[in-house]
Parts: sequence; C-alpha cells; structure tokens
Amino acid sequence: MSGAEVRLRAVSKSFGAREVLNRLDLDVAAGQFVSIIGPSGAGKSTLLRLIAGLDAPTGGRIELRTAGNKSDVRMMFQEDRLLPWRTVLRNVVLGLKGRENQATGILRAVGLQGRENDFPIGLSGGQRQRVALARALIHEPDLLLLDEPFGALDAITRATMQLLLEQLLAVRPRTVMLVTHDVEEALLLSDRVLLVRDGGIARDLAFDRPRPRHRGDPYLAALKEELLDGLLVAERDLPAVA
Amino acid sequence: MTDASLSSAQILGAAKRAGSAEQTPIRGEPVVVTVIADVVAGKTGSRPSSAFGAWWRPLLLPWLLPLGLLAVWQSLSATGLISTAIVPAPYEIWTAARQLAERGELQIDILVSLRRVAIGFFMGATTGLLFGLFVGLFEPVRDLFDRSLQMVRTIPHLALVPLMILWFGIGEEPRVILVAMGSLFPVYINTVGGIRNVDPKLIELGKSYGLGPAELVWSVILPAALQPILVGIRYALGVAWLTLVVGETIASRDGIGYLVQNARELLRIDVIVLAIILYAIAGWLSDLVTRLIEQRLLRWHPNYARRIGT
Repeated sequence: MSGAEVRLRAVSKSFGAREVLNRLDLDVAAGQFVSIIGPSGAGKSTLLRLIAGLDAPTGGRIELRTAGNKSDVRMMFQEDRLLPWRTVLRNVVLGLKGRENQATGILRAVGLQGRENDFPIGLSGGQRQRVALARALIHEPDLLLLDEPFGALDAITRATMQLLLEQLLAVRPRTVMLVTHDVEEALLLSDRVLLVRDGGIARDLAFDRPRPRHRGDPYLAALKEELLDGLLVAERDLPAVA
Repeated sequence: MTDASLSSAQILGAAKRAGSAEQTPIRGEPVVVTVIADVVAGKTGSRPSSAFGAWWRPLLLPWLLPLGLLAVWQSLSATGLISTAIVPAPYEIWTAARQLAERGELQIDILVSLRRVAIGFFMGATTGLLFGLFVGLFEPVRDLFDRSLQMVRTIPHLALVPLMILWFGIGEEPRVILVAMGSLFPVYINTVGGIRNVDPKLIELGKSYGLGPAELVWSVILPAALQPILVGIRYALGVAWLTLVVGETIASRDGIGYLVQNARELLRIDVIVLAIILYAIAGWLSDLVTRLIEQRLLRWHPNYARRIGT
C-alpha cells in the first residue's frame, strides 16, 4: 500500500494551562483513510496540526514512515488559503518550479480546465477548494491532512467534493486524515473513524464497506447512531435542566 | 426508529394541512403584481439606464464639473460680476500661459519643478520603503529603529526649512531633501503597517509549502502588503508637491514656486492663479499615474477587479 504510516506515542499538547491532548497514542496504517470527529474544541485540529508539523507537541513522539524517501505531508484547511494575487495555475505550482504542465493536468482532474489564468476572486467557494486540493495533490503527498476542507461549502458542493476526493484517491491511494464535524462525511469516506474527546481517543471504529457508499446504507446508519451517542455523552453528563 | 417514523407522520400531516389551506379561495382582495424584472434576452436597447451607463460616462462625466465651473467663471468675469483685478478671467490666464510658453520660461519652470519632485520623491519613497521592509520583517530592527523614526515623524518637516538653508545654502539640496523627508514617512508607515497586517494563515501556508524566507517575502508578504504600500506612495506624492511649494519659495531662481514669487512682486495675479492651476494639474497627473500602477498591480483585488478593461 502506498502512503505514509503514522505513529503517535504519548503525544500531549497544552496551550498555557489548558491541556488539549493528553498522552495520545495512535497508529495509522499506510494508505488508510482515517476520519477524526469530536466535539468543538476537543483538539481535532490540534492533532492534525501536530502531525503536519505546524505546531510542536508539548510532549511525546510523532513519526511518519514511508518506504524509500522522506514522507511528504500536505495539509488542506477549512479556508482555501489561496494567494489572491496569483492565478489558479500559479497557486497550484506554489513552491515548485517548471511544473506548469503537470499543474494543468491536475486542474483538469479536479474539473477546472480552462480556469488556469483566472484569479481566485472569480471562483466560487467549491472551485477554490478544488484549487487548494490540486495544490496539495501536485506534491504527490504520502500523507494528506484535511482540516474540515468542505465544512464551509453548501450541501451539494460538499457531496460533489467528497465524490471527487474519493475518485482521486482511488486512482492514487495515499494515507489520509480528515477532521470533520460531519459524522456522515466521515462514514462515507473513511476506513476508520476516531472520536476524540477529553484529550484522548474515546472511540476507534474500523470498518470495511464497499465503495462507493450510499447515505442510506443501514450498516453506516447504525454506526452513525453509535458515534452520535458517543458525541452526545458529554452533553448528557451535564446536569438536567428542570 | 420510532422517533423517526413519528416525525415523518407529523410532517405528512403538516403537508396535508398546508395543501388544503391552498385550496381555499381568496375572497375580496385584488391581487397586486409587482414586476421586478421582465427582460427579453438580447434586447438591450430598452434598458432605461443605457444613456447614462454608456462606455463614455466615466471618461466624460468627471470633466463636467471643472469645465462647467470654468464656463461660469469666464462668463461672470466677462459680465464684470467678478472683478478681474481680484481674480483674472480664465482667458487672461490662458493668455499669460501662452506668453510665458512663447518665451520658453513656462516649460523650463515646469521641468525644474518636476525634476525636484521626482528626485526628492524617489529618494524619500525608496528610503521609506527600505526602512519599512526591514522594520516590518525583522523584530530586532523594529526594536532598534521604530521608536526613533516615529519620533522624527512627528516633527513637521517644513519646520526644518531654516535649518536646511543654513546647512545646504539656497541651492537645489534643501528643496530636494525637504521633498524627500516629506515623502519618506507616508511610505514608511504604510509599508510597516501593511507587512504587519499580512494574514498569518497565508504565511503559514507559504511555509508549509516549502517557501524559503526570500521567496516567502517575495511571493506572499510583499503582494499581501502591496495595497497599503501603494496608498502610502499616493499620499507621499501629494506631500511631495506640497513640500515643493514651500521649498520653492526659498530664494528660488526657477521652478513654479519662483513663478509665483516673481508674479507677486510684479502684481501679476493671472500668473499666480496659473501657477496654482499648474500645481493642481501636476498633482492630478501624478495621482493618475499611481492609480494606473495600482490598477495594474492590484488587478486580482476585489476592489480593483471591476475596473479591468476600462
């Protein structure tokens, strides 16, 4: 299987006195698609940023392993973070030299042929995220980190983007970690769902369902119930309102 | 599951009720139809705004006010309502300009003034930009320079005129240096501010996509700070001309300022007003140039994008 293997051992992260992650252990197999869900502020994004190397952990060890050379990690954010003064094509080749032809190919793959010379201002939210996806994929990353990349999109565009992501990964498999607040999205796309709560992994569900998956799948519906229960535990612990 | 079926039954019931409500006839009240739009594709001739929204509007409309004022001014002077001894008629100013141009004086004075502004502005803006870049980019440099520069900034640079004359005499230097000092700070402040306000998310993105420090500055920080920097440059150009007016009143032998001084001694009001108009035109032209540069460099920006093609 292509892609990087991710290994976390006793990883902790605090912001001042507030501890976000507490001695977290995690193994992700190469090529696995892992979704991370959890209540707001549970440290989902923090976990992803630690793996991306954008922030340093307060303690613990994070390893990436790839056969051959050093692992290449790319992250996609909830905001597209396109450079508005660069055309679509020049955004995709950011940090690369002389890869314009390849960028054109990737833009075609994400359905943006003919828009190479447009500025991001002329694109819709979904199109901008497609550019951001193309920009991440041109590096052929061994590990793709997605921090709620479709969270700000409308339902139809989101479904289209999920399909696109699945298609692109079918052609070129790689390890993916997706942070999402959408349990359904997690179940549609991933091989494994982690529920992060109180600084650790509260639930770790691995499942194997044939793709493409359908929203109506009763097996997934049952998993969704289970995960939503897990998500709501924290709320149930609150004192009941009379 | 029972919850779901219950709620769907409720929805069905609600839908039925809504449907039956629709069937009840509406009595009495006449129906008011408000047409928001009714456009036949391809027929643009019927658009009511076509005369006012034409391509020539942005070219002609801005001239309407100045030219109209000129016409009013000329007619008031011609009828004697405005005494030409206080304010000369536009035609007299035009004649004065022609006479000066025939002797070659006008062209030389304009060129001399332009040269002073150009050199002084270039020196000041470049220095301001360089200082701004280093102060904006490097914390230690900011700690070292910013306080001092902010203190110097609060001195009105025109207060330095006597000092300049004592130091540099009455040659070109004091004038050019004054213009440079006037242009320096607007560019400096806007450059520092622009760089410090760059979205940290974009900087983080640049770093995570492997941009080195130089590339990060060139590809992310500078373009992001460009708009405020250009605002600073536009403002600095205005200050440059303002400073020149004062600078050229110091024992000048040429330049537009000399024209004014000389005309005052000879009681030539027409030439004084001519000089004022020249300053106005010069300021407008230099602003126009920076606006064109702005439009070219910021064509990706939402506020400038709509201007493309005009």
